[in-house]
Amino acid sequence: MKALMLGWEFPPHILGGLGTASYGLTKSMSQQGDMEITFVIPKPQGDEDQSFLKITGACCVPVVWKENSWEHVNVRIGKLMHPDEYFWLRNGIKYDYRRIYTNDLGCIDFSGRYPDNLLEEISNYEAVVSVLAHQLSFDIIHSHDWLTYPAGVFAKQISGKPLVVHVHATDFDRSRGQVNPIVYGIEKRGMELADHIITVSDLTRRTVIEKYHQHPDKVTTVHNAVEPLKDVDSFVKTPRKDKVVTFLGRITMQKGPEYFVEAAHRVLQKTQKVRFVMAGSGDMMQAMIDLAAQRNIADRFHFTGFLKGREVHQMLAESDVYVMPSVSEPFGISPLEAMQVGTPSIISKQSGCAEILTHAIKTDYWDIEAMADAIYTIVENPAAYRSLRELGREEVNNIRWYDAGLKVRKIYDRLTGAL
Amino acid sequence: MKNICFYFEVHQALRLKRYRFFDIGDNHYYYDDFQTEDYLRNLVEEAYLPANRTIAEMIRSSNGKFKCAFSISGISLDLFEQYAPELIDSFRELAQSNTVEFLAEPYAHSLASVFNPQEFELQVKMHSDKIESLFGKRPTAFRNAELIYSDEIGELVANMGYKVMLIDEARHIMGWKSPNFVYRHAYRPKLKLLVRNYKLSDDIAFRFSDHSWKDFPLTAEKYIHWIKNTPPEENIINIWMGYEAIGHFQRQESGIFDFLKAIPYRAMEQEIGFIFPSEAGRRIEAVDSLSVPHPISWSGHEKDLTPWLGNDLQQEALNKLYAVSERVHLCKEHPLKYDWLMLQTSDHFRYMSHKDPFGTYYESAYDAFINYMNVLADFLDRVNAQYPDGIENEELNELIKTINNQEKQIALLEQEIAKLQAAKPVCKRKTN
Repeated sequence: MKALMLGWEFPPHILGGLGTASYGLTKSMSQQGDMEITFVIPKPQGDEDQSFLKITGACCVPVVWKENSWEHVNVRIGKLMHPDEYFWLRNGIKYDYRRIYTNDLGCIDFSGRYPDNLLEEISNYEAVVSVLAHQLSFDIIHSHDWLTYPAGVFAKQISGKPLVVHVHATDFDRSRGQVNPIVYGIEKRGMELADHIITVSDLTRRTVIEKYHQHPDKVTTVHNAVEPLKDVDSFVKTPRKDKVVTFLGRITMQKGPEYFVEAAHRVLQKTQKVRFVMAGSGDMMQAMIDLAAQRNIADRFHFTGFLKGREVHQMLAESDVYVMPSVSEPFGISPLEAMQVGTPSIISKQSGCAEILTHAIKTDYWDIEAMADAIYTIVENPAAYRSLRELGREEVNNIRWYDAGLKVRKIYDRLTGAL
Repeated sequence: MKNICFYFEVHQALRLKRYRFFDIGDNHYYYDDFQTEDYLRNLVEEAYLPANRTIAEMIRSSNGKFKCAFSISGISLDLFEQYAPELIDSFRELAQSNTVEFLAEPYAHSLASVFNPQEFELQVKMHSDKIESLFGKRPTAFRNAELIYSDEIGELVANMGYKVMLIDEARHIMGWKSPNFVYRHAYRPKLKLLVRNYKLSDDIAFRFSDHSWKDFPLTAEKYIHWIKNTPPEENIINIWMGYEAIGHFQRQESGIFDFLKAIPYRAMEQEIGFIFPSEAGRRIEAVDSLSVPHPISWSGHEKDLTPWLGNDLQQEALNKLYAVSERVHLCKEHPLKYDWLMLQTSDHFRYMSHKDPFGTYYESAYDAFINYMNVLADFLDRVNAQYPDGIENEELNELIKTINNQEKQIALLEQEIAKLQAAKPVCKRKTN
């Protein structure tokens, strides 16, 4: 089974949960033996782990025919793509894309991020994929998130192969209801034209069915999982006088940081032995600093700024409680990461991961009293801490990408008629 | 002759209200009266009252041949007195017919038998007093909350003077033995044990209206036939269940009431009688002794105590609670004593189970734990206010004992004075 996967991020250069999920899923699917995956991302850096799949950079695929010598191509993009492949792909140019600005190789420059001209980048990505769709052979197309839906649809029209779209989030999650009509349009068209839709939680599945009007039979939930941490024992908790309660993530409306501050305020009225940490950055950070000052808890409330890589796990491991009060979270992988390093988690019921976790405390995101109560219990009661820590770790270690990969494979098999 | 021993457990706990940690120290009322009343009224109307009427009819139609036993926890009786006095009246009417027996049990439907024997005995006595005051008769047969039993608990019960105790059919205890005989305690032969017939009981309690069950529909004729077809030497069939099975788990529409009404007639047709637990203890000889080194209960497949103390949360809660029992025993304050009983009800700990939170109204085991521990924290503070935990239990006991003994000693000395004074004239006469 050959799959053409269209994505936007791939580790180690990631901006959000999408890259992590793409990695986990593709890696586990490659263990199925007969899976061959080509993963297209806008701009690879050359240091991605390609041991189990092939990564194709959209920025190396020619969309306009330009004459170049083998040596020149080798010098320009040799570390990302073999020049022979470049020349071979060039034969796949069937449409006139001269309207798009291209470089000396006939390739498009991608930022590989989420720039202001994102819509332009999406349509450029679509052009690149048309070349790949003509030239590569594959049995199924798998599009990750709305940025790649137009490309997926185009690839389906060219090749006639079935299209699976994977919904990691919808615009309803990102905007707290203030949906951008252009984004909604792209999402809706992708779902309409897809042969099957995979959602990361039942919560997202409901949104897809109710807000995007898709037939329930066409929508399947495949919950995300978490990659086992190889060096899990290297993250240790330094004993300290005060307990640490952590919020970690983008400080934006979607993540509900203000509820965390309010809950902290409640807890600090009863006990002074707790410190609160808000890790991450985002457009609401300033407002949160102000709010903490207004509530008069700034001496016990700390901001770390943006954390990355190892720092994230270190911060989680150092915490006594991890809180994710997200207003709307399609899945939310960070509580699973916290539980991996043995940190009890409090998550909002409005997050997808609440569907698969038993040994985490679930509250409504707006219910600051329940949240404060849960924080208080964990920091004050060693039995609760121990139970959540040990049973939680055990639970998370049993949530494997391999099982998620098998579910996706089943969908492939059904669509391609292999089953 | 074969006998059927019917027994129904009636127990409902008081529901705790949502008690946040900010309430600790400020608010000493822990109960959600609205919720309690609401579900209790519901249960009384759809299950308990119609079931009582059915049993009354069964007694009438069989000319008093039908008999059954009830165990009603003290806490439930308190609740019924408050929210459903007509149910108490209905039980009283049954009691007057002399064809129902009430069993003894710990007042609070608690796990005290496992944690604190002294508390256990107190509660059993309290419960017997309550039953006697309401129904005019002191119970003579005993059943523990959740049918918890071990050799040790059996010994406690035997020491209290009971001759019969009810236990469940736990596979690892019974082995090849049939539950349809009377057994006795491992080393206190005077205590007889009745064993619940697990299969036949659950056929009514859980499977009666299950359409996927192979024996659906169950008729009284079929049921009595099964009993009739047990080996002829097996002489007692113990059919025990929670009373809410009749009318609540098995709805009226399932025909459960009519099924029951037909039982006495079908049984008499096959020459099967009915018997009280206490009567069984008196009349039927024990065939063997049962040794139960570790406690068993009537829950789940394992029949052990894990539904109440299987995880860290439950153990923490129970240990914290029973750590203050001595101090509470010293207290005289009524509200504190009342809360002490309410907080011991086994249901609170069941809700903290990850694997089997039967009947829970919490969203998760953690939710149940958080709420209970907040309440308990406030309760412990109140106990502490009376008897600070800076003083060791033993020390406290000594002090209390000294005070108590002082009174006794004074009384003793006064007696002596009186004796001496009485003896004085005799002495005089002698010298004369």
